Amino acid sequence: MGNWAVNEGLSIFVILVWLGLNVFLFVWYYKVYDDPPKFFYTRKLLGCCSTRIRRQLDRNLTFHKMVAWMIALHTAIHTIAHLFNVEWCVNARVNNSDPYSIALSDIGDKPGETYLNFARDRIKNPAGGLYVAVTRLAGITGIVITLCLILIITSSTKTIRRSYFEVFWYTHHLFVIFFIGLAIHGAERIVRGQTPKSLDEHNPKLCYQNISDWGKIKGCPVPQFYGNPPMTWKWIVGPMFLYLCERLVRFWRSQQKVVITKVVTHPFKTIELQMKKKGFKMEVGQYIFVKCPKVSKLEWHPFTLTSAPEEDFFSIHIRIVGDWTEGLFNACGCDKQEFQDAWKLPKIAVDGPFGTASEDVFSYEVVMLVGAGIGVTPFASILKSVWYKYCNNATNLRLKKIYFYWLCRDTHAFEWFADLLQLLETQMQERNNAGFLSYNIYLTGWDESQANHFAVHHDEEKDVITGLKQKTLYGRPNWDNEFKTIASQHPNTRIGVFLCGPEALAETLSKQSISNSESGPRGVHFIFNKENF
Amino acid sequence: MGQIEWAMWANEQALASGLILITGGIVATAGQFTQWYFGAYSIAAGVFICLLEYPRGKRKKGSTMERCGQKYMTKVVKLFGPFSRNYYVRAILHLGLSVPAGFLLATILGTACLAISSGIYLLAATRGEQWTPIESKPKERPQVGATIKQPPSNPPPRPPAEARKKLSEEEEVATGVSSGPQENPIPVTDEVV
Repeated sequence: MGNWAVNEGLSIFVILVWLGLNVFLFVWYYKVYDDPPKFFYTRKLLGCCSTRIRRQLDRNLTFHKMVAWMIALHTAIHTIAHLFNVEWCVNARVNNSDPYSIALSDIGDKPGETYLNFARDRIKNPAGGLYVAVTRLAGITGIVITLCLILIITSSTKTIRRSYFEVFWYTHHLFVIFFIGLAIHGAERIVRGQTPKSLDEHNPKLCYQNISDWGKIKGCPVPQFYGNPPMTWKWIVGPMFLYLCERLVRFWRSQQKVVITKVVTHPFKTIELQMKKKGFKMEVGQYIFVKCPKVSKLEWHPFTLTSAPEEDFFSIHIRIVGDWTEGLFNACGCDKQEFQDAWKLPKIAVDGPFGTASEDVFSYEVVMLVGAGIGVTPFASILKSVWYKYCNNATNLRLKKIYFYWLCRDTHAFEWFADLLQLLETQMQERNNAGFLSYNIYLTGWDESQANHFAVHHDEEKDVITGLKQKTLYGRPNWDNEFKTIASQHPNTRIGVFLCGPEALAETLSKQSISNSESGPRGVHFIFNKENF
Repeated sequence: MGQIEWAMWANEQALASGLILITGGIVATAGQFTQWYFGAYSIAAGVFICLLEYPRGKRKKGSTMERCGQKYMTKVVKLFGPFSRNYYVRAILHLGLSVPAGFLLATILGTACLAISSGIYLLAATRGEQWTPIESKPKERPQVGATIKQPPSNPPPRPPAEARKKLSEEEEVATGVSSGPQENPIPVTDEVV
């Protein structure tokens, strides 16, 4: 049994606190409308309660999705509750209800009276309900923002997100309308309660029974009502302001000049862009958002930085998979054979860099780095940076041992990264520290002809595919073995496990980290960190 | 936006509309709102739309993620031939289905969503998209003979034990060895495939 609490504890704690807050607020506002005498007549008329809870805490994708589902759930509850409200209020107004409700609804007809029932026109249902919905601010904003929410949800499903990103991205911007509508949704104040002044003169508990005498006897004048001021805006104005600031910062950053110093084409549809920007500072494994106005004026795409902070430029490796990347490929002149002049290269806007878990790599003595396919890119940055730090001052480096795993389907994608590994391998040997970096490359998509080839060349010194001294392995790693071997070689250490790759692998590694960690404070601990885009 | 298939989004939107129609319909019927029979219609229409839209169509490029258990409904939807394949038909159908639900406040949201979905289907239809069922490919039975690529490398009659030991060492290295099966005891040539 391992250290489940260490690995998962913080996230679970935050989520539980947030859920607890939601439940608390739900119950609290339920009681706000359920208990006080101010809403006595409101309750009588409606016989039900409405709640609204909107809390926005954008911390990361999973949390964002949870919040979105919570918003959807509460929207559903809120809408259904108000559907009943409207139906009953309109019915009371057209004398299709119990006499008490009808009498309550009549308040407001005479001059000097304030209404309790927001349905003032006597139009029968269902037209009456529809009329309320389109003439009242709450109705209009309610329908519009619910539609926006539904469109956002349907375009955010995994299929649409992964296949047609633009639809997802542009539709998601409907949230602007959503939040503006939400803020003004209650501005007309049609949910009514008795005014405090009226409560002094007219006590509902004493007067409610003789409604026909209201205004005629001394102790029970006709009660006065008013609407609650809108409150949702107080919850959302802070986050909205923060978001606005972030977009402004991005806009300002996009105006800063970025120069492409070098473009390298790598095999298998990969290009490398080396750039310089004044005042650009990065850490290992961070990512940037890149916009190329020549390709698309509105799209920003995230890319992991593959250069180390110690270098005087920053670089990204881009795989050509969709129309934006293809556009960039053509704009940089990669399809042409002859040398391109520097002034022909397109203008680029860069936002970032933004941080990820890889920054923590240097705080461990031993790390396991696992990259699957293109997920190896943050580790390119880390390995380069490790190399520079090692060269500059090896003794100050806390990191003593790196276990690097690269899982790849085919051999083509090796090329640009293999050069880096070769360089590191030679340098390590020169410094007599060949054991510092131990890397394992796994080819998960081998076929028979390749297997034959490997079998023949098994005894040679260098690996046939990569030219590296450490051999390429085939199939998938046996993680249990790997973890156990590493644990036995480094007892009583905190070992960081870093992954950039698919969900299934994340689950596997997470479980292995937990089960191979010892429960006490001494003993080996595997701390799992995952980054994902 | 060169590669988008609008029908994929229209499908998600229509499925959501179906669910919203069902919910609104239940509210109106259970609450016995005035003219609640529109709510009952809404439930029926919602169920029909959910069943129709549940099987996802096949994308032109790339692989399509099937919804869980959709193959049963795929068979039914396929039966309607051009009526289910053609997106113009779906656009008009959804527009028509959405109208009666517009009479009640409880179901009008369903009307709006379904109308939007109808619009997106119309856009998909004008771009020539079609609904093609996702069918699982029949599993290819490996023919017994075809998996044997090479004849046995050392069939009888075999040379005596010492010669055989030398041969087997060489064989460990090369797994894909081809040799003339009838040419023993001539040493086996080390051929790499």
